[in-house]
Amino acid sequence: MAKQLSRDQQGITLRGSAEIVAEFFSYGINSILYQRGIYPPETFTRVQKYGLTLLVTTDPDLKNYLNNVVEQMKEWLYKCIVQRLVVVISSIENNEVLERWQFDIECDKAAKDESAPREKSQKAIQDEIRSVIRQITATVTFLPLLETACAFDLLIYTDKDLAVPEKWEESGPQFIANSEEVRLRSFTTTIHKVNSMVAYKKDSFP
Amino acid sequence: MAQFVFEADLHGLLKLDTPIPNAPPARWQRKAKESGAPGPSPAAGLSPMKPANRSHSSSKTPSRTPGKSGSKIQSTPTKAGGDRYIPNRSTMQMEMANFLLTKENDSAEESPTKKEQQKAWAVNLNGFDIEEAKILRLSGKPQNAPEGYQNNLKVLYSQKITPGSSRKNGRYIPSMPDRILDAPEIRNDYYLNLIDWSSQNFLAVALDNSVYLWNHTSGEIIQLLQMEHPDEYACSVSWITGGNYLAIGTSNAEVQLWDVQQQKRLRNMTSHSSRVGSLSWNSYILSSGARTGHIHHHDVRVAEHHVATLAGHTQEVCGLKWSPDGRYLASGGNDNLVNIWPCTQGDSGDFAPVQTFTQHQGAVKAVAWCPWQSNVLATGGGTSDRHIRIWNVCSGTCLSAVDAHSQVCSILWSTNYKELISGHGFAQNQLVIWKYPTMAKVTELRGHTARVLNLTMSPDGVTVASAAADETLRLWRCFEMDPIKKKEKEKANSAKSSIIHQGIR
Repeated sequence: MAKQLSRDQQGITLRGSAEIVAEFFSYGINSILYQRGIYPPETFTRVQKYGLTLLVTTDPDLKNYLNNVVEQMKEWLYKCIVQRLVVVISSIENNEVLERWQFDIECDKAAKDESAPREKSQKAIQDEIRSVIRQITATVTFLPLLETACAFDLLIYTDKDLAVPEKWEESGPQFIANSEEVRLRSFTTTIHKVNSMVAYKKDSFP
Repeated sequence: MAQFVFEADLHGLLKLDTPIPNAPPARWQRKAKESGAPGPSPAAGLSPMKPANRSHSSSKTPSRTPGKSGSKIQSTPTKAGGDRYIPNRSTMQMEMANFLLTKENDSAEESPTKKEQQKAWAVNLNGFDIEEAKILRLSGKPQNAPEGYQNNLKVLYSQKITPGSSRKNGRYIPSMPDRILDAPEIRNDYYLNLIDWSSQNFLAVALDNSVYLWNHTSGEIIQLLQMEHPDEYACSVSWITGGNYLAIGTSNAEVQLWDVQQQKRLRNMTSHSSRVGSLSWNSYILSSGARTGHIHHHDVRVAEHHVATLAGHTQEVCGLKWSPDGRYLASGGNDNLVNIWPCTQGDSGDFAPVQTFTQHQGAVKAVAWCPWQSNVLATGGGTSDRHIRIWNVCSGTCLSAVDAHSQVCSILWSTNYKELISGHGFAQNQLVIWKYPTMAKVTELRGHTARVLNLTMSPDGVTVASAAADETLRLWRCFEMDPIKKKEKEKANSAKSSIIHQGIR
């Protein structure tokens, strides 16, 4: 009991913040894949996180793929060299980009030098993350239907001088031609701030 | 002899070896004349065109002049010579123009300040210097869903007819409503609870800023009240168990209590700060849920009516129901949570939920307790969720979950047949009857042309009234008891009481 209390009172370190944000991305991407129907809903299982019931995939290949990305993100977040994570949803047949979920990351570089942890309760951060994930779920009501089978891609914007690790390659931004944008809530751990927004292709008919 | 003269003249003209007698002076002759007069030569130099023109035109008229010196020189214009289209070419900078047109597009020509400005704009718009960012993508084939998988959402929103149950149900359920009542101006708001049926067989309906009572036995309609301001509206109605008092929640955060026999307002209880969308009675305690997410308990017997506050939701409380035994209060909100509250406070003096269910992915408005099994609760989720879930509130487990394929607005239990009835929205606006506990679909009742908003049941448990956005109330006689079976039930009830009496003796 005492140990738990002290952990709550402990502030946020740079490593802790990187973990929180990387975890959020993992659950956030899983939620997007479930809500937008990219993968069959039967392949998702429920877990409790942030005081919500979230759906994560059970498909081993997909899990592996996401884990690789999340691990890499954690490292880059710790070094404060990642600026943006984008989930691109495109149609399989003609590779047209239909939806683009963009998460901007602002990193407080001063935290690298400080050794003292920052003051912010885990609960407050959890509440903020919970609101963002709920908003992702709620977007189903206004995002246009994805008529065709879709595939997703993950893009990460990093500093220019970063050495490209193996398994990664350079890519273009994959913007949507005629898009409508909606800003979602943001959350901050006092070291990292994450702003979310979704851009989708405007319907062609008037 | 005259013709010979003519012939001689002709021959003379055609011959080219003799000088022409009447020809204009040749250029070199003219020039010789001019050089003798040096004064006019600068003037001549300034406007070289004029004499050139003259000589040009003059040399043209005789078509066959040899003009080796004259016309040949004049026909070639000088460097700055003009023509009919551009008379004066000296004002044009031909060399400069040519250079500018043909030089390569060199962006290095941009001034450094302009570059700085562009960079500042880019940083402003993107949040960071996009020139400096590298975009990386995990290589390898993107993970694809298995072949033949069709996006589920599309199937959901384009369905026409849901496959009905194959097994024929035992009884006859009329597919048409028993009665259709007009409900003009009914508010098409998912979060409100606008109808309730009393134990005295009065159906209360809130239509925008008025509340009407409809007597089921006589068919009479009474307008109970009209709000003072045209902008205010009634958000929820709930009858007390006895059926003589009606509680009304309003858009200006009041909870009014009316005596329907005298058609008078008894109390106006204010304690909320936003509209009161849900109400539920537990003997003398009236619970109200508001848009802020707070639930207040009101003791209607005392002046200080606000006896407790339950803070468990962060968004509008749209579903609120006390259990039949009065031990638990179930609340559902727009924040997708279902909270189960005890009837008494905990040790700290605050009310805390004994259970919180987070499995719904949409707003929970449909909340209903099972009348014959204690601690069993049914809940239904909104558009994002579309599931009906059955819970055991003591253990906190979800006993079963069914996908209803459509927004669930209300659920009712039927004691007569151990069934559930649920009201839905897009696309079919139907009422579905499910068999409990198998959750097999018994039948679907169609008829509404817009989404169903609320359901309520008659005191005899036979008729269900549904209010929908198409401004009608439909009464469905779906739980009609077979008269033979009814008699058996009554006999069983009376037999039980006689045994008890004998035992006491």
